[in-house]
Amino acid sequence: MSETYDQPKVEPYEASAKRTKSLTKGQITRARVTGIVMLAMAAIVVVVFLPNVEGEATFGLSMPYESIQLDPLVVPVQPALWFLALVLGFLGGSQFVRGFQRKATLILGGAFGVFVLAMMVWAAAGQEFNLESMLVATVARCTPIALGALSGILCERSGVVNIGIEGMLLGGAFTGVVMGSLLGGWVGLLAATLTGGLLALLLAVLAVNFRVDQIIIGFVINILVLGLTSFLTSQVLVKNPEWNDAPIFPAVPIPVLSNIPIIGPMFFNQTIIVYAMFVLVGTVTYALFRTRWGLRTRSVGENPKAADSLGVSVSKVRYLAVIYGGMVGGFAGAWFTLGTVGRFDEGLTGGRGFIGLAAMIFGAWNPIGAFGAALIFGFSESLSEKFALLDVPIPTEFLGMAPYLVTIVVVAGLVGRARPPAADGQPYEKE
Amino acid sequence: MELELRGITKQFPGVLANDDVSLTARSGKVLALIGENGAGKSTLMNVLSGLYQPDAGEILIDGVVQKFGDPGDAIKAGIGMVHQHFMLVPVFSVWENVVLGVEPVKGPGIMNRKEARNEVRDISGKYGLAVDPDAMVEDLPVGIQQRVEIIKVLLRGAKILVFDEPTAVLTPQEVIEFFGIVAELKGRGATIIFITHKLKEALAIADDITVLRGGKVAGHADPHTATPELLASMMVGRDIDLTVDKEESTPGDTVLQLSGVRMVDDYGRALLDHIDLSVRAGEIVGVAGIQGNGQTELVEAITGLLPIEAGKVEMLGNDISRYSPRQRHAAGIAHVPEDRNHMGMVGSFTVAENLVLDSYYATPFSSRGLLHRDVIRESAEHLVDAYDVRPPLIDNTGNALSGGNAQKMIVAREFSRDVPLVICAQPTRGIDVGSIEYIHEQIVRKRDEGKAILIVSTELDEIFALADRILVMYDGRIVAERKTSETTPTEIGLFMAGKAA
Repeated sequence: MSETYDQPKVEPYEASAKRTKSLTKGQITRARVTGIVMLAMAAIVVVVFLPNVEGEATFGLSMPYESIQLDPLVVPVQPALWFLALVLGFLGGSQFVRGFQRKATLILGGAFGVFVLAMMVWAAAGQEFNLESMLVATVARCTPIALGALSGILCERSGVVNIGIEGMLLGGAFTGVVMGSLLGGWVGLLAATLTGGLLALLLAVLAVNFRVDQIIIGFVINILVLGLTSFLTSQVLVKNPEWNDAPIFPAVPIPVLSNIPIIGPMFFNQTIIVYAMFVLVGTVTYALFRTRWGLRTRSVGENPKAADSLGVSVSKVRYLAVIYGGMVGGFAGAWFTLGTVGRFDEGLTGGRGFIGLAAMIFGAWNPIGAFGAALIFGFSESLSEKFALLDVPIPTEFLGMAPYLVTIVVVAGLVGRARPPAADGQPYEKE
Repeated sequence: MELELRGITKQFPGVLANDDVSLTARSGKVLALIGENGAGKSTLMNVLSGLYQPDAGEILIDGVVQKFGDPGDAIKAGIGMVHQHFMLVPVFSVWENVVLGVEPVKGPGIMNRKEARNEVRDISGKYGLAVDPDAMVEDLPVGIQQRVEIIKVLLRGAKILVFDEPTAVLTPQEVIEFFGIVAELKGRGATIIFITHKLKEALAIADDITVLRGGKVAGHADPHTATPELLASMMVGRDIDLTVDKEESTPGDTVLQLSGVRMVDDYGRALLDHIDLSVRAGEIVGVAGIQGNGQTELVEAITGLLPIEAGKVEMLGNDISRYSPRQRHAAGIAHVPEDRNHMGMVGSFTVAENLVLDSYYATPFSSRGLLHRDVIRESAEHLVDAYDVRPPLIDNTGNALSGGNAQKMIVAREFSRDVPLVICAQPTRGIDVGSIEYIHEQIVRKRDEGKAILIVSTELDEIFALADRILVMYDGRIVAERKTSETTPTEIGLFMAGKAA
């Protein structure tokens, strides 16, 4: 029996006021560094972007099929870039000199946004850049990431770390396409969901009953699924191409709403997998914070001993949460095949499961927050895709790295702040 | 309801934790269950709360034999546990903690939050346990968290309330409030079992006392006639002297001097602020305070484990503020850390290895990067003998030692160096009375050798037994300083609770 525990700290209320007055050395250094980062971005805009562009950038705001066509936004490149560089310089300068303190992270995020805007203006100079199609792609691409994050949230809120999301996505994508080719899209969707659930069952058995290190189980799931699907692809799907040719779920426009300019095509003219993601984000949020199941799940993730002492079965709660999480992960996998191309290729999930994990952390283990994070990652993906099409003089490989770079920056910058469930990753053992 | 345990026996691999334990708790009365760590109190309570199934014996409530398969059964039978380490979810609100497991619902599984809040308010009104149902538990002081625990068991209809070391984390004022709550519960006919090792509290509050030793019932005592000495000797099985014999101190030169020390956390909030203190040779300075008021940070500021933001730490006139922990160790600081399992030792290392954790890198224990195992063993043999570490087997792992002997091992390592400054944080937390007695003697012996000693303890009794001078910490500051001979526990208790000096 362990004798050690962290005693809850008594935080006197009146003390908070005096504590924020002066900056610590660490805070000053941090303020300087973020200031320099922003100034560097301003410098890039001036030195790299400005010299070799001129004319106007045209941003399309409507999809060709829309009934209401908005006029494209035409931006004169040079003044726009100067303006954005000035904004960056001002933000960086004031951050360097006095620091925005609590708002610094927000300001830094804003500065990144401004920089991305400058990049878009630069890339689109003298060309036509359809902003709307990029935004539509953002929502579509955020879907597997948001669902992956949701899968992680369900598991981790109950205290089981799931880094096998990538494997669940891949497994779902594979069975989804095979069953979809043979028996139709809906069966494929169901098969994908069940595949995720089965992989999660493996995670649950090993993590809950056998208390195997959860990071290792997750990795095993990822490697196992990658190997298995690659093998089956080369041995089975290549010889039977008809097994790798599933129907794709079409975009289903929602009457009236889909006609709204800009947000209509983004949110109301997507496939049912995207809609299901919206519904799941809402449902899981409600279930976690408003239902009996949610309260018990969260309590097991925070303090399993307390839950156990009140007659809540820790194992049962964890099994259920992990299996639900796995099913969401498998379902997310179907997006890659049934939601886009209708065929499976080796490793086609490309690390989206890990990005989902990052979105989960960025979103502080909250479904809505994770969805927001997934949108940022989706944006970064669709932007790099767009840049490749626009023939931007940056190697496509680098553009492809963008989402992962964003992941690193986001996780490094925010991981320290977000607080995971207290019992996350810890096997529960009755004494 | 009357609770009776008959012949409860529980065997763990290698340990007979409970051996034929029988006791009775009466309705409307307080039964104090006392015993040292390892005497079997916790096992007994886990049997009672349904976490463990006994190997033999039975539990009777009002004469009816009960069978507890899991904690749910015990709760249904009317037993409510208030654990020493609160079973609360810090990031949940009060009502969420209270209703967990018995949530009122409207519709399929959807919580009725209004109903839940009302349930909390009903009970807090009925028993005078004031608490805001929507407050976040982690923001509440420990005394209020305990109320939440009590409301939790009352909501589940508990008639038999078991308190495991309930006063361990409370301030003296909170203890008085807690006794008021117990009296209230008692008046309403509840059966109360009060597990403690604080003998004075047992004598003050109990109607019956049962003493456990080595898993067995060592005897019963009548609180009206028993004395702390009598109870202590029943607990230990031999005569115990609870007072520490020491002469008046004769302080010499200043050894440790802190001036204007300030420490902040990652968010810039002050953990320590304006700390000025000095410790002189040949005196024991005791730092009192409720846990979490900066004592840990104070010790880490002195030993160099955490950096300070402003101020100076001086030792024998040298500014050591920028010294690394090892440089400070070499400069002559001995440190018995507050958490022996996390900082004081490496549990999977042997006793011999643990005894050189701080000095393995230097002669005589090593040279040119190679350890001299024979020297290490010889020194270890000598130390376990000199400091009464039992069993005296230097090849045992640290984990194999009981808390008291592990602590004696750490004391042996730190006290065997002839250094001018000794810092002891919670030197006797969670260890048996015999080891406490021994460690206290060693601390006084060090003082009498002319060393400067700083003791940090949340046990006021310990501070009063050892210290020549008392400092009280509250919210990261030293709020009071008194000579031990010129103050009382009541006065110090008020400072601990935040009263300005």
